Amino acid sequence: MDNATLKERILGIVPDAKFQENKQFLTFIIPPDKMHDLAFKLQQEADLAFDFLFCLTGVDRIEFLEVVYHLESTTLKHQLELKVQTPDRENGAVDTVSDVWKTAEFHEREAYDLLGIKFNNHPDLRRIFLEEGWKGYPLRKDYVDEVNIVEL
Amino acid sequence: MKEVINLPVKNIEEEEYFINMGPQHPSTHGVLRLVISLQGETVQSLKPHCGYIHRGIEKMCEKDTYPQIIHLTDRMDYLSAHINNHAVCLLVEKALEVEVPERVKYIRTIIDELNRIASHQLWWCSFGMDMGGLTCFFYGLRDREKILDIFEESFGSRLLHSYYTPGGLMMDIHLNFQKRVKDFIKYFRKKIKDYDDILTGNIIMQERTKGIGILTKEEAINYGVTGPSGRASGFACDVRKHHPYGVYEKADFNEILGTDGDTFTRYMMRMHEMRESMKIIEQLIDNIPAGDYTAKMKAVLKLPAGEYYQRVEAARGELGVYVVSDGNKTPYRMKFRSPNFSNLGSLDHISRGFKIADLVAIGGSLDYVIPDIDR
Repeated sequence: MDNATLKERILGIVPDAKFQENKQFLTFIIPPDKMHDLAFKLQQEADLAFDFLFCLTGVDRIEFLEVVYHLESTTLKHQLELKVQTPDRENGAVDTVSDVWKTAEFHEREAYDLLGIKFNNHPDLRRIFLEEGWKGYPLRKDYVDEVNIVEL
Repeated sequence: MKEVINLPVKNIEEEEYFINMGPQHPSTHGVLRLVISLQGETVQSLKPHCGYIHRGIEKMCEKDTYPQIIHLTDRMDYLSAHINNHAVCLLVEKALEVEVPERVKYIRTIIDELNRIASHQLWWCSFGMDMGGLTCFFYGLRDREKILDIFEESFGSRLLHSYYTPGGLMMDIHLNFQKRVKDFIKYFRKKIKDYDDILTGNIIMQERTKGIGILTKEEAINYGVTGPSGRASGFACDVRKHHPYGVYEKADFNEILGTDGDTFTRYMMRMHEMRESMKIIEQLIDNIPAGDYTAKMKAVLKLPAGEYYQRVEAARGELGVYVVSDGNKTPYRMKFRSPNFSNLGSLDHISRGFKIADLVAIGGSLDYVIPDIDR
């Protein structure tokens, strides 16, 4: 499916998705409560068939936190980038997509561990790299490490 | 006479219990801890605990300039260091819209493939050792040494090279490079037959790996298992074929796919891949065009504000680099989608129902490198 048709198709499923200019991928900003439904449809419907989630990233945007999904269809060869922005920095939560794409389970744990993005209904939301009881989320821009101060 | 104390014996065949494998277990090839729930000898479920060597490379990247970041990527998957460097270089070149000289593309592709062979050789020797064949370890390391010697002569380092720079290479290849690579291919074509004789045809090894740790194609895609492990399940995921970079388009090579998705197929994929890599090198090594070894680059590299993504085929699967730039000389956020991290996600699923001894074979065939998981 070419990008123009794909754009129509996505806007058909989620009318309030916001299109974003991007050179490499077709990018949309999806409202947090619509993401799980969209993910399920993207994977299941035959003309979309986005079966491969090749990257999931958390980004700290100062005012809010953002989750970026990179999707590809292994059969139809089209790609898509989706972004979900939490309404605020501290309490924002996003629905998990680990029931749709299993690979998201580890990547969401990483985003939780390092950025503090919470994922609703995640089967095993624990810290993955840092120890239990670690204070703060290191990849946030306002993180201060009081033990290992390395100023460059 | 000593008094015999009869302790109450629980029936371990029926009762579920947990054991720790790692963090210092030789077959985890690093510091990975697996908490395994067992019933008798059968694995019920398994939880990987990572983070023993988490260094926060992504956080460090936020303070470093792009040429500095290349040195950090060496330390992720140290066995395919060149390929990690390549990913960052391609990303910077794409963002700055720099066209690198044709010579650079050829050299990078050849060295990537040499690196892939060296990586698979080390995998082969450690897999053989996991299976109890210590001779494999010496055979593999002996042949890997030849490649490391070529690297050392050409640019001075053996493991962590940082040879690629944004726009080109750090220096030109050594005068002997082409001759030595051709000699190596001639040498290794003979030696890889020994690999098959000593391990592939071994009946004990085959019994221990066939039908063990099965991953279907749908599961491989769903779990994001890429590289030789994904292709063993029939998942056509070779980035070199589907999103070509370097001069892979000019080389004629096959993306070999398996059907069974078991441990033995994963083993065979890597054996085939070494031969395919040699085929690529043979086609390119005589055709390196003359020219500069680097494009003209500015002293300070500032990527235009925006987001960039670059995929390459590392030795263990797809490596993705995602950069959010705000127009400064350092990235705002840098994420590495490392192949081993995603592959590890499937370990729990594929080892369920198999014996704990099979777990060593399954882990060996997934070929994880811990610094790449933890980053």
